[in-house]
Amino acid sequence: MTHYEFKPYNVGRWVVWSLFALILLVAPLVFKSGLSQTMLSQMGIAIIVCLSYNMLLGQGGMLSFGHAVYSGMGSFLAIHTLNLLSKGTLPIPVSLIPIVGGVSASLIAVVFGYVSTKKAGTTFAMITLGIGELIWASSLMFPEFFGGEGGVSGNRVAGPKPLSITFGPQIQLYYLIAVYTFVCTALMFAFTRTPLGRMLNAVRDNPERVEFVGYDTQKVRYLAFIISAFFAGIAGGLGALNFEIVTSEVVSGPRSGAYLLFTFLGGATFFFGPIIGGILMVLAFVLLSELTKAWLLYLGLVFLFMVMYAPGGFASLIMMNLRVAAFGRLRELYVGYLGLAVTAFLVLLGAAGMIEMVYHLKLNAALGPELTFLGVKLNAYSANSWFGCAFIMLTGLGLFELARRHFAHQWGEIQEFIEKEVKRREALA
Amino acid sequence: MEFFTVSMLNGISYGLLLFMLSSGLTLIFSMMGVLNFAHASFYMLGAYFAFTTAQLVGYWPALLVAPLLVGVIGAVFEKYALRRVHKFGHVPELLITFGLSFIILEMVQLVWGTSSVDYRVPEALVGPLFTVGGTNFPKYRGFMMLVAMVMLLSIWLLLTRTRIGLVIQAALTHPETVEALGHNVPRVFMLVFGGGCALAGLAGVIGGNFFVTEPGMATLVGSVIFVVVVVGGMGSLVGAFIASLLIGIIQTFAVGVDASLMGAAQTVGLDITPESFGYPLWRLKISQIAPILPYMFLVLMLIFRPKGLLGTREG
Repeated sequence: MTHYEFKPYNVGRWVVWSLFALILLVAPLVFKSGLSQTMLSQMGIAIIVCLSYNMLLGQGGMLSFGHAVYSGMGSFLAIHTLNLLSKGTLPIPVSLIPIVGGVSASLIAVVFGYVSTKKAGTTFAMITLGIGELIWASSLMFPEFFGGEGGVSGNRVAGPKPLSITFGPQIQLYYLIAVYTFVCTALMFAFTRTPLGRMLNAVRDNPERVEFVGYDTQKVRYLAFIISAFFAGIAGGLGALNFEIVTSEVVSGPRSGAYLLFTFLGGATFFFGPIIGGILMVLAFVLLSELTKAWLLYLGLVFLFMVMYAPGGFASLIMMNLRVAAFGRLRELYVGYLGLAVTAFLVLLGAAGMIEMVYHLKLNAALGPELTFLGVKLNAYSANSWFGCAFIMLTGLGLFELARRHFAHQWGEIQEFIEKEVKRREALA
Repeated sequence: MEFFTVSMLNGISYGLLLFMLSSGLTLIFSMMGVLNFAHASFYMLGAYFAFTTAQLVGYWPALLVAPLLVGVIGAVFEKYALRRVHKFGHVPELLITFGLSFIILEMVQLVWGTSSVDYRVPEALVGPLFTVGGTNFPKYRGFMMLVAMVMLLSIWLLLTRTRIGLVIQAALTHPETVEALGHNVPRVFMLVFGGGCALAGLAGVIGGNFFVTEPGMATLVGSVIFVVVVVGGMGSLVGAFIASLLIGIIQTFAVGVDASLMGAAQTVGLDITPESFGYPLWRLKISQIAPILPYMFLVLMLIFRPKGLLGTREG
């Protein structure tokens, strides 16, 4: 190590982190309603858990199907701790409960992680799936710990109350979550810069070479797994405080699947991708599921198209456009984007109309054939509605294909330009 | 003795059904390296297709039509979705099948509703085949075993004794050479994927009316067949066969055993009371832990022999 980097002030980084803190601070002042406050709290939790998941998926290339085990066990241990605290047997403040969740989850990861991280790739995915199912199946076997069907409930207004913060009102809890979100995000970002974090990337990309250099790939994965579980456990502990009830659903397979899905959708290749993923997760689970019964179908389709056409998730889409903007050519694209957006909207409108009609026929048949879709009255029995929707969708599809070809051509040209420009600048430097 | 024979027979027939499911998965995995997460969803599709076909034209045609339809859907999915993400590596391949399992589940609920459908065993196969002691062994279980055995034999013959089997096996290890010899390797992959899905569909036709045909059936068997494939050794058909029988038998026996650790402790003279340490653990009956046995088996297997019973390659 003879080469040291010295940057007195990384201005960009300071700006980004200050902005993040500012958003966390201001968000509940802008969105004041009760619903948005609970949603913001859940978003903070989801951001932590998705980031911790991405430590495995994005940084370490480990596809885990059992991440809910660690966040969920964190939740359970946190709520049991909270109950001990309410009884007065444990002298710790409520604000430290999430740390209890984190520590207990990492202890569990010390045990299970040793088994799971022996191998990478498909075997790792399978064994995490197995452990996840194991825990979920046993959750109904030990009602003393998991609370059976009803779950374990607690009361977060307990213990000492410094500065008259009781955590009773949601806003107080939100700020606790916001502080944890900021600190955890910062710590996880810091982790990516540590030697261990760097080694983890190397283990993902070229394990054989890492072995040759003299590192134990298994140990690197194991350590990363424990650290990731720690943050998942913190998120679980915050979740326990937020909902004041923990049911066995928090360790379930579908929950693990949701973490995977949204971390991927947000973007596993960039550090900030899972933050987008966490926000999307709460939006989908709270708003989308209210809006339409077919939300899982839409989610599955979005996921499918994302894997096929943008495997880097939303984060990679943003970064690609930022790159274009950095070379000053984003402005040319706006007509193309507008065209894509309008035609895609048409396709979506037509398809969604038909999907909603089918769902209506299947699930709400008793309410009659009429339904309101985006303010338009549709009749699921009339050919007119079906024809209208199909017409909109097909027209949209045709126009979309035209717009897409045009856009792809333009995009390709710009990318070519950027490549050339990069080479030219390199030659100059 | 009667308990033993009946449980053994039930275990074997359940194991054979598991084998039908896992053989398709194993085939796809050993050929393409894709762990098809939506495999159990294709099993569910098979059951639902068979239900509808059986209503229209009867059970026997359904036995042929439903797997074919499922196979076609699998092939189309391979051609238009899976093949496109192949260049991104194995994780996106796994993810896309994961997304597909969501979509199939929603589609099934859309078309056939969220509750179970009335898919019945055909009249000709109702009734006992023979009796052991006082317990009947149903004809349908016998039929299930027969179909599974025929299937095992025909896959084995197809892979080892026919020209197409040779091409398939060669495409696994030497795709470029096979391509150079004039075979269309992507089409071979498409056929294998479709074939694997069709096998899952066949299992659905057979298993759907024996168990219940409902939207939760995919998740119910989904993780168990992964256990089978991993325990048997990824990509080993014979391994999958042994593992499915093992898991089928273990689970069937476990369900029938009422013993618990507490009982064992009492026979050696230890007295376990609700105040003893770890009482919930002592009290658990083996029949209660039956659902988690396959996963414990999986975890133990991966600790002590990560490549599985007959696996050749390590994870």
